[in-house]
Amino acid sequence: MQSQATYNYKVVRQFSIMTVVWGIVGMLVGVIIAAQLVWPELNVGEWFHFGRLRPLHTNAVIFAFGGCALFATSYFVVQRTCHTTLFAPGLAAFTFWGWQLVIVLAAVTLPLGITSSKEYAELEWPIDILIAVVWVSYAIVFFGTIAKRKTSHIYVANWFFGAFILTVALLHIVNSAALPVTLTKSYSAYAGVQDAMVQWWYGHNAVGFFLTAGFLGMMYYFVPKQAERPVYSYRLSVVHFWALIFTYMWAGPHHLHYTALPDWTQSVGMVFSLILLAPSWGGMINGIMTLSGAWHKLRTDPILKFLITALSFYGMSTFEGPMMSIKTVNALSHYTDWTVGHVHSGALGWVAMISIGSMYYLLPRMYGRTEMYSTGLINAHFWIATIGIVLYIASMWIAGVMQGLMWRATNPDGTLTYSFVESVKASYPFWSIRLAGGVLFLTGMLIMFYNMVKTMAGHRAYDAPVVLPAAAHA
Amino acid sequence: MADFVSGFWNMYVMGLVALSLLFCLFVLMSNNKRETGPVELHGHVWDENLAEYNNPLPRWWLYLFWLTLVFAVVYLILYPGFGNTKGVLGWASVGQYETETRKAEERYAPIFAKYQGMDVAGVAADPEARGMGQRLFVTYCAQCHGSDARGAKGFPNLTDKAWHWGGDPETIKATITNGRIGVMPPLGPTLGADGVKDVANYVRSLSGLAHDSLRAQRGAELFQQNCVACHGAEAKGMPAMGAPDLSDDAWLYGSSEATIMETVTKGRMNRMPGFGEFLGEAKVHLLTAYVYGLSNKPAQ
Repeated sequence: MQSQATYNYKVVRQFSIMTVVWGIVGMLVGVIIAAQLVWPELNVGEWFHFGRLRPLHTNAVIFAFGGCALFATSYFVVQRTCHTTLFAPGLAAFTFWGWQLVIVLAAVTLPLGITSSKEYAELEWPIDILIAVVWVSYAIVFFGTIAKRKTSHIYVANWFFGAFILTVALLHIVNSAALPVTLTKSYSAYAGVQDAMVQWWYGHNAVGFFLTAGFLGMMYYFVPKQAERPVYSYRLSVVHFWALIFTYMWAGPHHLHYTALPDWTQSVGMVFSLILLAPSWGGMINGIMTLSGAWHKLRTDPILKFLITALSFYGMSTFEGPMMSIKTVNALSHYTDWTVGHVHSGALGWVAMISIGSMYYLLPRMYGRTEMYSTGLINAHFWIATIGIVLYIASMWIAGVMQGLMWRATNPDGTLTYSFVESVKASYPFWSIRLAGGVLFLTGMLIMFYNMVKTMAGHRAYDAPVVLPAAAHA
Repeated sequence: MADFVSGFWNMYVMGLVALSLLFCLFVLMSNNKRETGPVELHGHVWDENLAEYNNPLPRWWLYLFWLTLVFAVVYLILYPGFGNTKGVLGWASVGQYETETRKAEERYAPIFAKYQGMDVAGVAADPEARGMGQRLFVTYCAQCHGSDARGAKGFPNLTDKAWHWGGDPETIKATITNGRIGVMPPLGPTLGADGVKDVANYVRSLSGLAHDSLRAQRGAELFQQNCVACHGAEAKGMPAMGAPDLSDDAWLYGSSEATIMETVTKGRMNRMPGFGEFLGEAKVHLLTAYVYGLSNKPAQ
């Protein structure tokens, strides 16, 4: 069943290790800015001010940590499920070094205050061009590998990875269109409310395709692999895949409720956000139900705990999201910490946990092993991370609803009951709890780093031989 | 202004919205089969052991999907959202805003109006009015002047007796209503670095701060040549221009030699926005009384 050629694991290995490294960096910056909110005196100098570190945190966790995890897993999954080696290995190596350069440039320019000021797309135009080049190369490697696959059918995980790669290319290029004036300054190609709409069309689809579709691709490989069970329903995967990618495109306007955006755009954004509930849950159901018949594995396998907990958080935040897109709910939740909590239930609960679980599967295999150095440490990581997330989300819920209610409270004479600064003062206890949650989550990542180093120690990098495809309808 | 520049875009948006809803419907209908009997594997295997069952769509999930689709259609009939259609309910965000503001106006205007006949000093002496004024102040003014109205660098302290434009009720009201723009021109090029330092020392000497007396002497001459047009020969300021009194102990930007040198060298540009149009006369009246009362404590 095995041929002589080996899978290209080198690039997978590189991206996997950097996933853990950037995860620690990005979450450390997150902990720092959470501390700055509790102790404002920690805003030391202009370079390390909250306003400059916050985009560094978001870029580092989304594009450095999440991005590396997506590169690593998609390169691994596409090779293994297409039963072939990576197309254009030189270009694949370029995507690794190119992406690391993007991250380093982000880490330098953002603290310097060089920014396009578009949320989640802050990097200035020269870096944007580099991202576009790396991303197109990524698409060539990925779809080239699909094209030379040895199986007739394309495995479901690859649909999601493919949709994610194509859409992110489109989003990035359209939203980053700008007129450069100097090497470090450019102006958006769009103006006014159109600029805002393009930005949130990008922003919400970055959530939908970068942080959802890509990680669903991850889920569709690592959950059935780790559970050693077939995927629950092919049919469900077809329905929720197409419904998901068709409706996500419309959801952006819910970030601009009650603004200068025309009413019709806000309405359309809201109804499609609500429609998104079922397609999102389709992914959760397909993942969790894959475990039916193997529930007992959850008790002993901490990797499965990570994967299944991730799906639970995914289900929770994709319920919360549509609810928050309803205008009347949004009138309370918008601009409060509720949004921050919602984002982190997705980012920590779903994105980080599914990535961590996948990395625990992947890392030992990159060194010819089947298990990490210590399963106990994975278990410890799981519980520390879970408690961290719960503290984070619960504190932000309470703080967010409290802020929303304080801001809208009025006196009998119509004046506001609370000044803004009073709501800030009332938020301090919750910001402290959030900081504690963040510290716990970061601690888990440090444990992971130790476990990773110990797994690598004394073992040579290993490239598995290419597996021949099973005869059709075996 | 119409949301669409031409009828085409209206049709385009309607077409896309309808297409998206119909597509969801199509995907659901075409996968709606409900087999009986054992669920088979789908028939393909990847990477040694990856396979797929072909379980039917969970019913509750399917109904949830249907429900959201029905909700979408109903919502788009009731509210604006399907291209340029206005929606059966006739709702618009601007309409909601206007209705709410009108209601608030009807309800709260009389509460504020009853103080409009009173003079500012009288309103300032009324505890209830002061409370309302303070609540307005922490909402609209505290961002710059601080919750306690003591100001910050570049934002004047409103509790002391020092006024740039004047502290009588009419002037305070004019300041709140129309805003102010205070400009000091940069004198660095005229005076040179050494001259600026001399002037700074003279200015410090005016309010009894530590200074180099030789420099202050030279600075006094430069001051007479360059600064008196605004600050006056006695450096007591000129409220008509917003030029501050330099002989008191109130400092908008700071009294250190370095800060004064910066002020003289680069000049200053300061702006307070006008609130008359936004808040209306009745609220401005209450705010005026509150601010006036901060430095003119009513007799107990």
